[in-house]
Amino acid sequence: MADKPELPLDPAGKRGVLAYLAVAAVVLLLMMLFGLAMRLAQSEWLGLEAVYFYQVMTAHGIGMVAIAALGTAAILWYFLARRVRLSTGILYANLALFLVGVVLVLAGIFIGGFAGAWTFLYPLPAKPMGIWPQWAAASYLLGVLIVGVGFLLFYLDCARAILGRYGSLGRALGWPQLFGGDASEPPPPVVIASTVVTFINLLSILAGAVILTLSLINVYVPGFTVDALLAKNLIYFFGHVFINSTIYMGVIAVYEILPRASGRPWKVSRPFLAGWSATLLMVLAVYPHHLLMDFVNPTWMHVLGQVLSYTSSLPVIAVTAVGTLANVHRSGLRWNLASGLLFLSVLGWATGVVPAVIDATIVVNKVMHNTMWVPGHFHTYLLLGVVAMILGFMAWLDEAAARGDSALDRAAFWVFAVGGFGFTALFLLSGRDSVPRRWAVHLPEWLPYDRVAACFAAAVVLAMLVFALRFLIGLKRMAAA
Amino acid sequence: MIHSLAWQVTVPLVLAFFAVFAWVALGAGDKADATAISQTSGRIRSWIFWVLVAVFLPIFGYTLRDLPYSVAAVAGGPPQVIKAIGHQWRWELSGTEVQVGKPVDFHITASDVNHGFGLYDPDLKLIAQAQAMPGYTNVLRHVFTRPGKYRVLCLEYCGLVHHGMLAEITASEAK
Repeated sequence: MADKPELPLDPAGKRGVLAYLAVAAVVLLLMMLFGLAMRLAQSEWLGLEAVYFYQVMTAHGIGMVAIAALGTAAILWYFLARRVRLSTGILYANLALFLVGVVLVLAGIFIGGFAGAWTFLYPLPAKPMGIWPQWAAASYLLGVLIVGVGFLLFYLDCARAILGRYGSLGRALGWPQLFGGDASEPPPPVVIASTVVTFINLLSILAGAVILTLSLINVYVPGFTVDALLAKNLIYFFGHVFINSTIYMGVIAVYEILPRASGRPWKVSRPFLAGWSATLLMVLAVYPHHLLMDFVNPTWMHVLGQVLSYTSSLPVIAVTAVGTLANVHRSGLRWNLASGLLFLSVLGWATGVVPAVIDATIVVNKVMHNTMWVPGHFHTYLLLGVVAMILGFMAWLDEAAARGDSALDRAAFWVFAVGGFGFTALFLLSGRDSVPRRWAVHLPEWLPYDRVAACFAAAVVLAMLVFALRFLIGLKRMAAA
Repeated sequence: MIHSLAWQVTVPLVLAFFAVFAWVALGAGDKADATAISQTSGRIRSWIFWVLVAVFLPIFGYTLRDLPYSVAAVAGGPPQVIKAIGHQWRWELSGTEVQVGKPVDFHITASDVNHGFGLYDPDLKLIAQAQAMPGYTNVLRHVFTRPGKYRVLCLEYCGLVHHGMLAEITASEAK
């Protein structure tokens, strides 16, 4: 089946994508400020009482997950809409529900005082020891649920459009070309990645909706209880799949934009197809690596968690990292902010995989789980991976509107890259030295790491300020282009 | 120690990624035949895939031999048993004295919300842990190898005084 030529992007759709990104620019900056506040508080350079620290921590966690999803959903929609007929109304409905959900989440946290961490680990929302009222927990849980409903609509629309165009999940993933000897051109990378994300996120959001609803009932009816181990499995299945899907949505920008800069199309090879199909299965089954220290979870799930964590690295390194390097290598590419950020994002993803895989080794997890090693690896592939993908996409839209890079842009790139890697390295060093994560107050032995990390965090925030302002100032020009 | 090993493995691998990406980035402005590069990258991809598979298999074989999830009977009598219950925000331990060289089974649970039982040695290094979950008991076996004051820290966020959940265990030589 030869792939159809690209569809035009309607102006309303483009405005919707820009609205997603404008929200992303503001929220990313705000959430980074929250992150900086936490590192400053742990450094004892900022007086932030524990009650407020944990509120900020909760907002930072849920805010970053949600905005990573929104920003990368904009990437998916922008490029997928050229291939299949997506609904612009659903694009806007998702944004509206997102904003309603955010208001409820923020009210629950900063008015009601909810501080149950973004993972809302059952039964903590209902058992705060009097620190927050029932309505605060309910507002938070309901807010997250509403954001989830928005994304559910978004992915249902993607599923409708992809199936309408390709007929089946297998054809959209290129299985006839992979398994059936079909010599025709397989679907383009954006369709393959979008199909994987759509499928896995429909499942993850449903699991999330179940545990959010059960937790909501538990807040008001304490006699209604849920098995704590089942709740944990549901939460981590939802959380793991949902946050991983942001990388898979973000990488669409790499597949689409870098080839335009290098002049070399991204080749959809059989290893590429195999890698994405394997990812679809592995990302759904790997989440037990979050529960390796829950000894009562079945042992086969622990083993599966470790083995699949290792094998999940194969598509990242052997397909996307190698593919990116081959696409750029001696291509005559002239670096600019967009291509630089997207290239950096693949480096961030690949390097973040290393400490993540090590941590998923059961014998290592026993002495590293819930230390700073964990935020060390996920900040590497989220900050230097996903956020760099979103920023690269923003910069590319700006460049498409005929804006060149300035010296300030180039400086912001290097400050972001050096600050980001320095910031994550300090997390990993702290993890090596057993500093626990999610502690409002640190022991004196840990302060030197916190203070150096706070300096790197400040650098990242400064760079983000430049990127956000650059994008927001150029919005009108981009909408008109 | 495993902590240092994790760091020592991570750093060179990350630096190797940096080196390859920097080399490609610096040479990106040159022009070369795309077909030849595509063929070479295909061979490199296959090579990386099989090298990683060859590295992963012995790692699985070695690290999955001895998992912490079940405790077998020990020679020389029953192990010491300490019940550890996590409450918001304190640890309730049925004992705080242990003998060096003798297995200790920690029976870990929680009365209210999830907590994390993190056992830290006198140098403040995390040496073992298990989750404390309401309705379940995780059995963590540990053999203390040197005398001293050990600390139990909470490693699962449990609310306002999460960072204040500390307890002490003293390990002494057998008399």
